[in-house]
Amino acid sequence: MTDAVLRPAGFSFAQYAICLGGIVWREGLRFLHQRERFISALVRPLVWLFIFAAGFRQVLGVSIIPPYETYVLYEVYITPGLMAMIQLFNGMQSSLSMVYDREMGNMRTLLVSPLPRWYLLSAKLVAGTAVSLLQVYAFLAIAWFWDIEAPPIGYLTVLPALVLTGLMLGALGMLISSLVKQLENFAGIMNFVIFPMFFASSALYPLWRVRESSPFLSYVCELNPFTHAVELIRFALYGQLNVLSLAVVIGCTAAFMAAAIIAYDPSRGFLARRGVGAGEG
Amino acid sequence: MRPVEPAALSVEGLSHAYGERSALKDVTFAIAPASFTVLLGLNGAGKSTLFSLVTRLFGTQHGTIRIFGHDVARFPGAALRLLGIVFQPRTLDLDLSVKQNLLYHAALHGIAPGDARRRAEQALARIALSERAGDKVRDLSGGQMRRIEIARALLHRPRLLLLDEPTVGLDITARAEILAHVRQLVAEERVCVLWATHLIDEVAPSDDVIVLHQGRLLAHDAAPSVVADAKAPDLRSAFTALIAGGSQSEASEAA
Repeated sequence: MTDAVLRPAGFSFAQYAICLGGIVWREGLRFLHQRERFISALVRPLVWLFIFAAGFRQVLGVSIIPPYETYVLYEVYITPGLMAMIQLFNGMQSSLSMVYDREMGNMRTLLVSPLPRWYLLSAKLVAGTAVSLLQVYAFLAIAWFWDIEAPPIGYLTVLPALVLTGLMLGALGMLISSLVKQLENFAGIMNFVIFPMFFASSALYPLWRVRESSPFLSYVCELNPFTHAVELIRFALYGQLNVLSLAVVIGCTAAFMAAAIIAYDPSRGFLARRGVGAGEG
Repeated sequence: MRPVEPAALSVEGLSHAYGERSALKDVTFAIAPASFTVLLGLNGAGKSTLFSLVTRLFGTQHGTIRIFGHDVARFPGAALRLLGIVFQPRTLDLDLSVKQNLLYHAALHGIAPGDARRRAEQALARIALSERAGDKVRDLSGGQMRRIEIARALLHRPRLLLLDEPTVGLDITARAEILAHVRQLVAEERVCVLWATHLIDEVAPSDDVIVLHQGRLLAHDAAPSVVADAKAPDLRSAFTALIAGGSQSEASEAA
């Protein structure tokens, strides 16, 4: 018998770290190579900020609600919502890239690594979140030139919030990627996931205004995890903590991750049932 | 007494179905370390399903798979680290460079960056592609990509290498090169190779052959013995005869 046979199966902490580093590094490289993806990730929220918010400035007055201490411009109000939107799109896009990867075979390369599968999927989530952070901070930098400024400390305190919301939305995307069959289904994800989540939330309008027009809709908004992602970011951007939103985001992250890991478990056979990897038979 | 070295790959009573459709039926075989075994079968014979099960992309429904004695279902980490695989569809990242692809794979196996760079350089030197290290994979030829995929599969120094129709889409020269390269690996590095193909002319007289048809294992022996057992003049006729027989028994079972 040789060493290789007798070598125990366990991996050292360093090997886990190297694996995570490699996955994040590759995700970053791919992101930098896909310049169109970066640009469209920035243009989307900027269109909302420069055009939509400017147009609605006079229509929607936002009164003083926490965490704001003065009247704020509508642009300022929707900025946290747009940050969350960047992460929502990024999460869905990495989810789609998983479906794409799976068909192109890159997912196979990942999944035949000897490290535990839950770890590989979690590392993939961390990598997607890291990419979303780059996008959000680039957006904040541009918004700053547009005179949308948070307190300086806010740019730091928002970071842990963004990590959590990025993980939550990435895990949701991963879960959806295990359920969607076709590569072409991004339109479907837009209609059935992104739009409802974004519009039925506090991203574009404070919930008290929603309540005035439709108590039922405001109830839906309060149940929407995306609302809590937005609120967690909004408060953190002003150096404050929204405990309820923190709890909801943590709870949803754990639930989505667990479901995604179960969905990708080989013995559950989601991959097998679809015949992914079976090729011609 | 020295313990007997376990088989490089042993498969016992393996069955797999996609819903109603059965893809593998009670397949049992074992292949010895440092051997070159050709898995022969037509499209749809179950070759890719078998590979997906061995690599644990799918969980096994019935039966056991062991890699050097490690049960894939129970100890996937121990089993998978001894395994290298080249999938039939290309799995390199086209937008990344050759070297980045190799380093990514090394990281997935927990190989430290310095060591990984050294191994990647050696691997590229070995397949005479060192000067292409910085090029995007997209710019390479099909044969070069295949060689890189094989080099990548060997980076973590596995002792069992699976290749799923690795010569599909390659021209005659590239096919011969890849085949010679892999045979050399068996001879020099004592890597065990399971080579899936439907191309009979890729079998050499010294190889072991497994014939898989409609999910059933019809023969497993040294190539000359398979020919002799089928009382056929050559492997092609033997394969045709086996498959005809296999389909017949299928038909009589159904009746």
